[in-house]
Amino acid sequence: MSSETKQILTTDGIPLEVSLKKAEKKNKIKAFLLVAPLLLFIIITYVFPIGDMLMRSVDDKMVTEMLPKTFKSMEKWDGQDLPPEEVFEAFYFDFQKLIEEEREGKLSTQLNYTKNGFKSIIKKLRRKSKSFEEGNYKEQIMSVHRRWADVEYWRAIKRRAPSYTYQKYLKGIDMYENEKGEIINVPEDRRVHRILWMRTLEIAFFVTVFCFLMAYPIAHLLATLPMKYSNLLMICVLLPFWTSLLVRTASWMILLQQQGIVNDFFVMIGLVSDDNRLEMMFNKTGSYVAMTQILLPFMVLPLYSVMKTISPSLMRAGKSLGGTPFVAFWKVYFPLTIPGIGAGCLLVFILAIGYYITPALVGGASGTLISNQIAFHMKSTLDWSFASAMGLMLLSGVLVIYWLYNKLVGIDNIKLG
Amino acid sequence: MSVNKEFVKFDKVDKSYDGKVLVVKDLQLDIAEGEFITMLGPSGSGKTTCLMMLAGFETPTNGEIYLDGNAISSIPPHKRGIGMVFQNYALFPHMTVYENLAFPLRVRKIPKDEADKKIDKALSMVSLQGFAQRMPGQLSGGQQQRVAVARSLVFDPQLVLMDEPLGALDKNLRESMQYEIKHIHESIGVTVVYVTHDQSEALTMSNRIAVFNDGKVQQLSSPDELYEKPVNSFVAEFIGENNTFAGEVTDISGGKCKVKLSNAEILANPISVKGKGERTTVSLRPERALINPSDKMDNIHKGKIEEVIYHGDHTRVRINILGNSEFILKVPNSSSNLDIKLGNEINIGWKSEDARALDPK
Repeated sequence: MSSETKQILTTDGIPLEVSLKKAEKKNKIKAFLLVAPLLLFIIITYVFPIGDMLMRSVDDKMVTEMLPKTFKSMEKWDGQDLPPEEVFEAFYFDFQKLIEEEREGKLSTQLNYTKNGFKSIIKKLRRKSKSFEEGNYKEQIMSVHRRWADVEYWRAIKRRAPSYTYQKYLKGIDMYENEKGEIINVPEDRRVHRILWMRTLEIAFFVTVFCFLMAYPIAHLLATLPMKYSNLLMICVLLPFWTSLLVRTASWMILLQQQGIVNDFFVMIGLVSDDNRLEMMFNKTGSYVAMTQILLPFMVLPLYSVMKTISPSLMRAGKSLGGTPFVAFWKVYFPLTIPGIGAGCLLVFILAIGYYITPALVGGASGTLISNQIAFHMKSTLDWSFASAMGLMLLSGVLVIYWLYNKLVGIDNIKLG
Repeated sequence: MSVNKEFVKFDKVDKSYDGKVLVVKDLQLDIAEGEFITMLGPSGSGKTTCLMMLAGFETPTNGEIYLDGNAISSIPPHKRGIGMVFQNYALFPHMTVYENLAFPLRVRKIPKDEADKKIDKALSMVSLQGFAQRMPGQLSGGQQQRVAVARSLVFDPQLVLMDEPLGALDKNLRESMQYEIKHIHESIGVTVVYVTHDQSEALTMSNRIAVFNDGKVQQLSSPDELYEKPVNSFVAEFIGENNTFAGEVTDISGGKCKVKLSNAEILANPISVKGKGERTTVSLRPERALINPSDKMDNIHKGKIEEVIYHGDHTRVRINILGNSEFILKVPNSSSNLDIKLGNEINIGWKSEDARALDPK
C-alpha cells in the first residue's frame, strides 16, 4: 500500500490535483492580471535599459562595420612588421566609402580612443587621398604622414577588429590592454577611477555608520514614547522626506559654506577665528553631512518598525532575571533589532553608493563619487559605452553586497516594515 | 525555624503616575515567607502597579517596600533577585529554551556544569525535559508558559512574581496550569505573589487573597473566608455569585439585625452596620437559600419563579422575591425538585447568619 501512491479522486471521479488546478486557475489569472501592469512597467523601465546598458558597454561593432575589408585582410597579418599591400588597399577602399558617407570623422574619434594621434592623420589622409593614383597604396598612404608608417598605429586598428570588447571595464578600474595584449595598470599619475571607487565605498560606509549611530536612539525613542509624542517625532523624522532633495542640499550649502551660519556661529563662540573659517563645503565633509541627513529616514524607518514589535516586557524580563540594563539591552534588545539594522544599513549603503545630486552640489572635487563620473561621461565626453560599463560595475557591486548580506545575515531576516 | 511573617512588607505605599490620581492608596500589606498570595481585582484596581513596584519597574510615590527586612525602593530591579513571570511570557525569542533558562545563571556567573544541573532541574519541574534546544516560537502556549515559570525559578529566587501568567491560555490548559503552579509552589516552598483578575484562579491557588479595588486592599484573607465571609459589598459582589437586598436597619440585638426593605422586613447578620437607621446591603450566597425550607430557617418568604436554566449538575432558578427580581437560586440536580416550574410560587428560606448586612452600595 505504501509503495504505490494511490491517486485521490474527487466525488465526480476527476483526479484531485486536476480538479484543484482547475479551481485555482481563475484566481491565478486574476492575480496575474493585477500584477501585470507593474510587471510590464518594470520590464520596460528596468530590464530593457539594463540590458541595453550591458550591450552598450561591450559593444564595439562601429569600427568593425566601418572597416570590413581591412579587418578581413588583416586576419593573415601577424602584426610584427608593417602590414602587406593588400591591407593598405583594403583600408583605402573602406576609407573612400566612409568619405562618401561622411563618416570618417566618427572613425577618427573611435580610433583616437584606442590610440592618441589618429585624429590628425586621418584628416590629412582624407585631404591627400583625393589625388591618390591606382595601385601601390602602401607607399602612397605611408607618405601622407610618418605615423601611417608606424606599425603601432596599424596594431591599434587591428585591436578594434572584434565586435565586442571589455576595454571599457578595464578603463573603469584604471587598467588597459597594451599592444601585446597584456592587461596592465595605467601610470599612477593618471589613475582616477580607482580613487573614485574607493572614495565611493568609503563615503557610503561612513554615511551608513553615521546614519546607524544617529538613527538607533531616535528609532528607539519613537518606538517607546507615548503615541502623542512619537507622532510628533515621526513627523520631524519624515519632514525632510517631504521636501525636495535639491532644496535640502541647497540649505546645507547655506549652512556649511565658509560665510555660512555654522561658521558664523563657531566664530561667534570663539571656536575658530574669523580669518580661519572651517571648510565644510565642497569637500568630503560636505558630502558626509548632507548625505547622512538625507539618508537618515531610510535607517530610522526599518529600525522603528522592528523596534515597535519588541515587547517592552522583554527588557523587563532581562532585568528581573538579573541582567544589568546594559546586559539586558545587549543580550536581549539588540539581537532582536538586527533584522532592522540589516535592512537599514543595506538600504542606506546601496543608496549612498549611487548617490549623485548631493555630492555633485556639495562634494566639490574631493567629495564626488563614481556616479558623478558616470554622469560626466554621459553628458560631457559622450562616451556612453564607458558610462554604461561603470554603471554596470556599480550595479554588480551592489549585487555583491546584497549577496554578502544574504550570506551573513540572511535576506529573509530583513524587515522593512 | 520560625517563618518570617513579614517577608514582604508594603508600608504605607502610595503610587500616582500623574500627580492627580492615586492608583494605590496607603497600601499596608504583609506577606509571609513561603506564602502563595494573590492580588485579585478588576482592571485598573492597582494590583499590577503593586507588583511592578515590588519588581522594581515602578517606584512608590510615598512609603516603602521591605523585602526580608530591607528597604528596596532604591535597589534597581536586576539586583533584587526576584523571579518574575510576565503576562505574555516574555521569553527571549532569539534564544533557545536552554539559553532562556541560562540567562539568569550566566549573568550571575554560575559555572556551566552547575548551571546545566539547575536548568535540568527546572525543566523537569515543569515536565519539559528534552525541549531545551527548541526555540520559544516552536512551543505551544502552555509550553511557553512553563518555560517562563521555569526561567523565573531557575536561579532559586526567594520570591516569584506572576503577572496574570495564564491569561492567554484556553480554559482547560489554564486549569491544569493552575494546579501545576500550585504544586510547584508546594514542592519548593518559594514565596509567590500572583496577580489575576480571574477569581476562580485566585480561589484555587492561593493561601491568601488580597482583593483590590480603587487602589485599596478591600479584604485580605484565605479563599474560604473571602467567599463565606466577605467584609464589604464590593468583595461580596466580586467573589462568586451574590443576592442582595438594599434596606435600612431598624433594630440590632443579639448578633442579629432587622432590615427593613421596601415592602418587608428580613433578619440579617450585622457585619458592617453599627446602629439603627443605617442604610445597608444584605448579601446572601445563592446556595445558602433553600426551596421549601425546614422550620429552622428564620427567614422564610414567598417568591415567584421567573426563569429556570438547566446547568446539568444544578439548575439555576431566578426568582422574584421581596421586590428583587434578580434573586438567583442554585438547586442541586435531584429528582425531588419537581415544583420548579416557571410561574410557580414557592417558599424560599435562609438563615439570618448567612445574610450578611454590609455597607450600602
